[in-house]
Order: sequence, then C-alpha cells, then structure tokens
Amino acid sequence: MSKYEPVMGLEVHVELNTKSKMFCRCSADYFGEKPNTHTCPVCLGLPGALPYINEKAIEGCMKIGLALGCKVAEVSRFERKNYFYPDLAKGYQISQYRWPLCVRGEMEVVGLEGKRRIRINRAHQEEDTGKLSHIGGVTLIDFNRSGVPLVEIVTEPDFTDTAQVRDYAKKLQQLFRYLGVSNADMERGDMRLEANISVRPVGQKELPPYRVELKNINSFRFMVAAIEYEIKRQIEALERGEKLTQETRGWNEEKKETYLQRSKEEAHDYRYFPEPDLPELRISESEIQRIRESAPELPWKKETRFMSEYGLSESNAKILSESKEMAEFFESSVEDGRKLGVGPRQIANYIINQKPDISVKVAEKIKVMDVGVIGDIGELGRIAEEVISENPDLVESYKKGKVTVIQALVGAAMRKTGGKVDAGKVREILEGKLG
Amino acid sequence: MNDDLTKLTLIGTLEALEKNEFSKEELNHAYLGRIKELNPKLNTFLNVQESSNGIPAAIKDIICTQNIVTTAGSKILSNFLPPYNATVVEKLLSQGISVIGKTNLDEFAMGSSGENSAYGATKNPWDLEKVPGGSSSGSAAAVAADLCTFALGTDTGGSIRQPASLCGVVGLKPSYGRVSRYGSIAMASSLDQVGPITKSVADARQVLEWISGPDGYDSNCVQNGFTIKDLRFKNNLNGLRVGMPKEYFGKGLDSGVEKVIREAIKKLEDLGAEIIEVSLPHTEYAVAVYYIIMSSEVSSNLARFDGIRFGSGREDFGAEAKRRIMLGTFALSTGYYDDYFAKAAKVRTLIKQDFEEAFEKCDVIVGPVSPTVAWNLGEKTADPLTMYLSDAYTIPASLAGIPGLSVPCGFSDGLPVGLQILGKYMDEETILNVGEVYEQNTECHLRKPNIEGLEGVGGLGNE
Amino acid sequence: MRLIGDQVKKVAKLANLPLSEEEIVKSSEQLSKILDYVDQLSNVDIKNIEPIFNVVGSSNVMSDDTPRVSLSQDEALKNASQKKNGFFITKGVFEE
Repeated sequence: MSKYEPVMGLEVHVELNTKSKMFCRCSADYFGEKPNTHTCPVCLGLPGALPYINEKAIEGCMKIGLALGCKVAEVSRFERKNYFYPDLAKGYQISQYRWPLCVRGEMEVVGLEGKRRIRINRAHQEEDTGKLSHIGGVTLIDFNRSGVPLVEIVTEPDFTDTAQVRDYAKKLQQLFRYLGVSNADMERGDMRLEANISVRPVGQKELPPYRVELKNINSFRFMVAAIEYEIKRQIEALERGEKLTQETRGWNEEKKETYLQRSKEEAHDYRYFPEPDLPELRISESEIQRIRESAPELPWKKETRFMSEYGLSESNAKILSESKEMAEFFESSVEDGRKLGVGPRQIANYIINQKPDISVKVAEKIKVMDVGVIGDIGELGRIAEEVISENPDLVESYKKGKVTVIQALVGAAMRKTGGKVDAGKVREILEGKLG
Repeated sequence: MNDDLTKLTLIGTLEALEKNEFSKEELNHAYLGRIKELNPKLNTFLNVQESSNGIPAAIKDIICTQNIVTTAGSKILSNFLPPYNATVVEKLLSQGISVIGKTNLDEFAMGSSGENSAYGATKNPWDLEKVPGGSSSGSAAAVAADLCTFALGTDTGGSIRQPASLCGVVGLKPSYGRVSRYGSIAMASSLDQVGPITKSVADARQVLEWISGPDGYDSNCVQNGFTIKDLRFKNNLNGLRVGMPKEYFGKGLDSGVEKVIREAIKKLEDLGAEIIEVSLPHTEYAVAVYYIIMSSEVSSNLARFDGIRFGSGREDFGAEAKRRIMLGTFALSTGYYDDYFAKAAKVRTLIKQDFEEAFEKCDVIVGPVSPTVAWNLGEKTADPLTMYLSDAYTIPASLAGIPGLSVPCGFSDGLPVGLQILGKYMDEETILNVGEVYEQNTECHLRKPNIEGLEGVGGLGNE
Repeated sequence: MRLIGDQVKKVAKLANLPLSEEEIVKSSEQLSKILDYVDQLSNVDIKNIEPIFNVVGSSNVMSDDTPRVSLSQDEALKNASQKKNGFFITKGVFEE
C-alpha cells in the first residue's frame, strides 16, 4: 500500500446543442463549416457589439444542474473573465464566478472500493472561444465556435481513484445525452475534461497545499492514463522530498507523460467582475418546477427501476438504460410482450444478445421462436458444455477473473440455439460449471 | 439664404421642409458648404459625407456607421469600417435622417476637453483658443457652429452635457437603458448612454423619441421607448418643485458661473417653480467611485483591441486610454478588487440613494453642469486629476443612471454657461418640459457664436 | 496607495500594454496620485450596503433560440490586418 492517496476534482465543459450561440443569434451549428462564416459583430468582438442571453442555453444549464441535484440560485450573474489570447475575441470570456446558476449537487459513482458520493460545487453557464490552428509559425483563427454555449460542471475534490473519475465522466456524458442538451462527443470537443490532482499522506485530513491542473484531455482513456501518471509522478516527487506547487500540465500521448504548461508564477489573474452588459438572472420557483417536470427519468434511476420492476440483472439493466433510445425501445417491447405473454427478462436478453434494430417487433419475434424454447435443465447443461469447449479463450479469461466475458458465453449459447434458451438460466448454469 | 437654413432648429427644419420652403438638396448643400468653410478652423468633423441627402445629422465618431470609417478618435481604428450600423443610426436613417459626417472626440470618449483625440483637438466656436469640452467635442461644436441640424453624442460621466454647456447648446443624457448602446463603442458599459445635442430643447425631445426604445441587442434597453406627450407645463412652471443641492454650490465652483446659475434658478422661481434646498451628501465621493468603476470597465472593454480582427496594435492607444486601462486593471486585480471595485460599487448605491431621497422632495434637481466655462486649450492636459474633477457635477447622475439635460442659461466672461436639470429615472419628460419652458422665456439660446469674425477672416465674403 | 515601478510593470503585463520605461515612470506617478485621491472612499461607511452593478434593475432579459443571418466571410475578415484562406492570422502562439 502506498503511503499517499490522491485527492482529485474534475471540471467538465460541455458544449450545448442550441441552435444559436450563447450571446448572439449566429448559428451554433459550426462543425465542419467554412471558417469565419458563422460570426457577427458580437461573437467577433467588434467594437460596439453587446451580448444578449439565449434562453435555451440557460434552460440547458438548469436541466444539467437539476439532474445533478443542484439548487438553482435565486440570483445569478454573469461576470467577465479577463485574459488575452487570440481565440478570445473580446479579451474576456463571459462566464460565471461569484454567482453561478446552479450550486451544490452530487453524484454517486462507482470506484475500486464501491460506491462513493461526489459533491458537485457548481454548474455554470459560459461561452466557448474561437479555434486556433498552427501552421508554419503562424496561427490561424476561426471564430465560428466563438460564443457557442458551454456549461462548466465543477466537483469538490472528492475522487479517490481513477475508476471513480472514469465512472463520473461516463455518467455525465450519458446524462447530457439523456437530457438532450449536448451530443457530448469527446472527439468533436463537445465535452472536455480537466482534472485537479494532488496527493497527501494517508490519514491526513487537510487538502494538500497545492494542486496540479491537467488540461486539454480529449478522451476518457487519455484522462485515466494522464491522471495515473500524474499521481505516480507526484508521489515519487514527494518521496524524494520535493515540494510540489500549483501548476498546469498537459498530456503527451506519444510519450505517455504529463508536461508543464504553466507554473504558479505565470498563473492568470482573471480580474473577474460583474458583466455590466447583462442584467442578472432570477429564476422563479415555477420555472424551476417546469424544468424539473420536463426532465426525463435519469439513467441511474432507470437502471434501478429496471431491476426492481422487471427483475433484470444489474448488468442488463445498465445496458438497457445506457441510452434513452435503447431504454424506450426496451420498455415499448415489454409493453408489446405483456399482450403476447413474453416476459421482460426474455425481451431484455433478446435485445442484448441479438442487438436488433429498434424497428423490430421484439416481443413478436420471441413469441414465434418461443414455440420451441428450451427449458430442460439437462438440455441446457449440454449446451453449456458445448459452448465452454468451443470457446477456450473466453473460458480462460473468465477464470483469470474477467467475469464479464460470461455475457459472451451466454451470447454464444443464444446463437447456437437461435435464441431459444433462457439467458438467465444458461448464465447460472455456465457460472456453476466455470466457478 | 444658405446661412438661414443652417440656423434653423431641427423642428424648424422639419416644418420648413414640410412647407416646401426649400429642398433637402438645398439643405445639405448649405450645411456642406458651411462645413467646408468652418471645419478647418474648428476641427469638428473627422469625415464628411458629401452624399448626405436626408436631414443632415452629425454623429459622434464612436457610434458605428456601416462602411463609413469609425475611429473612436483613436489611432487604433484609423481604418475601421464597421460592417454594421449602430441601432441609433438605423433608427435615425429610418426617419429620413442622413449622416453628414462623423464628429471628433476624445479618444474612446475619454476626456473632458476634446484634446485627447488622435486627430487633433476641436476648437470652441465661441473662442478658438478654448476647449469645447468633451468627450462629445465635435458634436457640440458642430451644433453650436450650425454645421448640422443636430448631433448625437455619448455621455458616460458628462460627455454630452459638459460640451453642450461649454458650447452653448442643448445636450441630453437619457436615463441609462433608455437608448440602445448597440454599435456605440463601449467606454464604460454600466454608464454609457447615447443622446442628442441640439439647437433647442424641443429638438432634443424629438431626437430622443427617434432613438429610444428596445432593439433586441442591448439587454439593458428592454422597454422604455420615449414618446412625446402633451406637456404638463406650458408658459409657466406653477406647481413644479425644483431641488437645489447645496453640494453643487460649494468650493470649486467659479463665481461667474455661480452667478449665472443662480440667476437661472431665480428665473425658474419667477416662472412659478418652488425652489427647495436638497442634499446629496455623497457627492464628494462620486468622482472617486466613477474613476474606479469606469476605468475597470474600460480595461475590459478595450481588451478586444488586439490588432487581429480589426485595427492596429495596443501600442497605438493614446496616453489617457493607457492610463485608464492601467488603473482599471489594477482595481480589478487579485487582492485589490474588494478595496477598489467592490467598495466603489457600494458607494455607488449610496449615491443613487441620495438622488432617490432628494426626489421625494422635488421633481427636478438643478445646478451647474461644469464648475467653469470653457478653459484654454492645453490648460489641464498635464494633470489628469484636475481634468477629472471638472466633471464633478455631471458624474453623480451618471452613476445613478438618471437623465440630465444641459440648457444654455447665460454667459460668463463671454463664454456660455449651461444649466443642468436632472430628473427621476426614466423621467426625461419633466426635465425636457422644464428646459423648454425656461428656454421659451429666456433669450440667451438665441445668441450665436461669430466664428467667421473670430480670426477677423473667414467666409463672410461669400454671403 | 503608492504604486512602484515593478507593480506598474506587472499591471501593464496583465493589461497587455507595451509601455516604455518612460511611460512606466510616468504611470506610477500619475496612478499613485489618482489612487491617493480614490482612497477617500475608505471614509465612507459601507457596512450592510449592497453594491450596485446595473442601475436598470431588470432581470431575465433573454432571447429565444432562433438563429439569424451571420456576416459573410468577407465582411467578417474585412478589417483584419492579416488573413488567409478565410482565417484570421496572428503570429504563432503555442502555449496552452
């Protein structure tokens, strides 16, 4: 056991999929468009231009905040975050600082040691910058993305292992898609992650006196790799007796290491102050109620309900609640099945194993096949033996501890019999034989 | 004949056009001719639009005009061609107004004398050795010299009222939020307002009706269109309660100016108004509050001038712009925000409350616009603080967001003095009404500067 | 409040203002004088006073999410000192 433990917080930026931008009505659908064709005096930061809030974006931010259990602030204000960079048209980003829209939420995540509650500090509204590309010593700037709405979600430093961080980020992505507020595509940059990492001796209660900010990470995999590298680097440094300081680091995927981007001395002084061009936000209780009521059932709620209501296993419930479309397909199939006498678990197994197109009438298919469903334990045992002997690789990795491959073995049994086995029973039998 | 056209007020011009007394071509010809003749002396216009064919208005060169160079008086924007019109310009164009030219100003509207322009100082039409006031220096001088039917200026801490006062014309700073700021290059966003500089109070009322109201681009201007209604006071001011703040008559006020202002207030009383002494106890802090808030906003508003999308590099800012950027950057920086910006924002509340309490006792508040008449060119340029203090009577109303009118009320040392009439938030109606009754019952606004005679040479021979 | 040369340089860097040595000296003098004047605000009792950031006092001023026409690429780039292939150009920056 290491004498040190990591203390981590996450900042997630998500680009909302509104039709128009945050503070002007230029089209926000900029991806793949010709450079500088989605701009106006406002998002180009021309002299004399003024911002005007997009109500749809504010609604999106509140949807996210409420889904994370945040309180919508009685009074919320925009502020200017002042710094110079060529992609920042106005020389300031309109953001929120002292008066964020949504505050104090939480999310449950699963890590190496089970479940843990992560406190959400805030979910606030801001705007994106333009996009730079560097070619031959010069920098090209495209302002099509400038002013596209962003929501920033900041946690408290509550993560203690990378599995939690990964689970959190995945869950957020799922949430954004469920709420329909963003495509949350990491590669396209719809969703961006920043992690704050420090380590402290096990048992120490206070937060470490420094933190390292990891920036510009554009995949879940890189994030986990970067964080793990960083934890190791910091522990080694502390063990050598070095003093760590506030800094910003990036991830070099080729070298598989983090590198210094900005030290404490170079840290920005953003000179936040209330944005004088925008009146404050005062969201009424009835508006909050309206948004709350319009929100879909959240994925983790759905997952629990699928288990209790339909008797699904945790893993099946998880798969079927992964996307809203999948969950809706499952539940409408269950509805069909009710009339045809086909049970939810059969439907769940069919969907998971056969991966049918959502236009398929699942319950009817099962009904047709059901004529010859194999229920005999001896028969099922024989099928299980065959599957085991035909898939030595899977069996081996199962025995090495990768228990999730059981799903693949169940799938093989399904295919072998044209879906005529009860997946749950086969699974039990397989587990018995392999266990 | 030509000279007569240019002496008409806006309302007079509209009536004459209505009666076909002359054509718009003749009108523009007359003004363009006069500009050609006098602009070299006064330096009021930075560019002149020969193609002007509507009612010719002069627009302060901080207000964006589509495809007409808009410099903000700065070297940075010497070639800037806005791809859009400011809302106020759009609104005027839709009324048949045309831009006859863009007027000179202190760079980015930062100054009280017109001397901070990268394109040279504007001269006061009453005395070419004197400043015209600022920052709407060119607009006020152009109206005083009859180079346009009316002009637009912007007022952040007095930049319409003070040059109007020093040039002997009418200037109105509307309530903050009355007129859209969209397209008016921002100096201090929580204070800036566009407003008219005119030859009469009725003209100012007309222009305000044209330019006010929402546009969907300025979030602080969401309703509040101003419409001309029947006047409450006609020919007299019976029943009007006029507040006289003792803080506006203290040390620093030039005795000659004070005499003229007191006479003007006496005139209001003669017209039937009741004069009530009121107190605005936090007046002495207004300049300090203003300089913190204004410069903080300036430091942020001028950050977009990076030479990439428009304009040249930041080394091209003038001295005053640099000074304010520095002060504002400091006031917002870590460790100083609470002591400077946050504190100033609280004292601003007290200044606003002063007015609210005073307006419980009176309908309008009157006093001087400027503590002195126009001063000599170059007199205050070495000492920024002295220059700042010359705005001590106009700044409080800017901080409170209330409307203020400057009306010519006499002369001291042969130079014009303006009476400031302040009103309740969104009550331009009353201050314009009071100003108009005063104007109709006095003569001083009829006096015109003799620019041609000032240097003993000029265009007299042309008549 | 007195501002010394190094502080002025730091502020100038934050403000992205290229000031000459001469301007730095002049700035520290003038800014110190203005700050001295401003320091009179410490005489005001501001306990329990709410700051004012916007005199209009309105709230929730928002627009619906309907896109409008943008500037053309030519219009957007019209005032740029350097441009290429529809992009604005600036000297290389690689940090961040």
